[in-house]
Amino acid sequence: MKEVELKMLDRAKALLESGEVARVVGWKKGDFCFDPAPAVFETVEELDGFVYDWFCGANLSKYLIQIAKKEGKTAVFLKPCDTYSFNQLVKEHRIDREKVYVIAVECLAKLDVEKMKAKGVSMIESVEVVDKEVRVKTAYGEETLSKPEVILTKCETCQKTHQAKDEEIIVHERPERDVNRFAEVEKLEAMTEDERFAFWRNELSKCIRCNACRNVCPACSCVKCVFDNPASGIAAKANDDKFEEQLFHIIRAFHVAGRCTDCGECSRVCPQNIPLHLLNRKFIKDIDGLYGEFQAGETTEGKTPLTSFTEGDVEPKDVFQGEAK
Amino acid sequence: MQDVTTEKKEFTPNIVAFCCNWCSYAGADLAGSSRLTYPANVKIIRVPCSCRVNPMFVLKAFQRGADGVILCGCHPGDCHYVTGNYYTRRRMALLYSFLNYMGIEKERTRVEWVSAAEGARFASVMNDFVKTVTELGENKRLTDLRVKEGE
Repeated sequence: MKEVELKMLDRAKALLESGEVARVVGWKKGDFCFDPAPAVFETVEELDGFVYDWFCGANLSKYLIQIAKKEGKTAVFLKPCDTYSFNQLVKEHRIDREKVYVIAVECLAKLDVEKMKAKGVSMIESVEVVDKEVRVKTAYGEETLSKPEVILTKCETCQKTHQAKDEEIIVHERPERDVNRFAEVEKLEAMTEDERFAFWRNELSKCIRCNACRNVCPACSCVKCVFDNPASGIAAKANDDKFEEQLFHIIRAFHVAGRCTDCGECSRVCPQNIPLHLLNRKFIKDIDGLYGEFQAGETTEGKTPLTSFTEGDVEPKDVFQGEAK
Repeated sequence: MQDVTTEKKEFTPNIVAFCCNWCSYAGADLAGSSRLTYPANVKIIRVPCSCRVNPMFVLKAFQRGADGVILCGCHPGDCHYVTGNYYTRRRMALLYSFLNYMGIEKERTRVEWVSAAEGARFASVMNDFVKTVTELGENKRLTDLRVKEGE
């Protein structure tokens, strides 16, 4: 990843120096090695803090809604999954494609520090990845972890490829994988109604309504959100109400249905570790099954499943577990 | 003074029916003027088109104490606004399937197409739906505790 980072830094410097772009969107070093944060670099000097490592899991595409409105061109580093969100935002006219210079960067799956901590590794000082091994240097010594066990949940089933690029920085070849991203959804579907209800109530009752999932979601790009309306009665968490969290998450999943690219940011940022991606994936699975395979963000044109129809669509009463009877 | 009674009240479900102005609402009217009976616990809400129904309406109805929600619109192809109910069909197919995924009984939600000439059909659809929901019993999973306070 160091090799990739140096190449990215070179490009960012060159682009800023030549004046081709007015700013670069990337990641900057955090307080620790495992908390890099999205950042905007406007001068070459600022690039000192630039970083691209195994913890840069954040999706930068949503930041472009605001940043790309500024004068001049903006360069951005996008991982494969981020390019889908980017395309979707271009399609919805939230980002002006002409004003963005996309540099596609290699990903090879990012690490989840929470999963590493759960394995008893703390005080992490540096991380090195060699093939399927994660060598961690901590204040207590060295530890070796298996990489597939500590990558972000969204990376576990990722098969995405770059969908938008003006240039690319790829050093290593990505290994081929055969995974079923709907496996967990299918597991839930196989449960009884009571079990499913118990599962979701258990998960969603942990929700603290911090709105992190909404704020990070590239599909949630409304200027004014329905959940920000204090008169709606659903703007914040109600203490005495068991249904409130469910309502929030059902509506949020519905609002992004057909537009969700399955970037998995919602689950990544959830402070309560609620598997929110399973909600969105259910919609994706249903849409695939009922109206034909559809991947949001593959193109910047065309209609989404919920803004189009055919005369012979399945009747709601014939739909059972995402399949037509 | 409140009467203290141990007698169990018989369960009568609260049903919310969203009816489109052009077909199903007129169908309900016809059912009435033809003196057909359907249960009085069906509360009809008139909407300009079935595609006016936001998923939030359905959830809010459940939250405020509905035991079943039924959505009625023109038959596909007969929409007053040409294509409105085609969108409804996709939307509600996904929403109802999703609610079932969250553990809500599938029988509590329904979409039916009723035209303005189908008064008899409107009555039979409502009778059937009320029967189904009565058998299912009270909606406990989606109700907001606050609406129960007054009881």
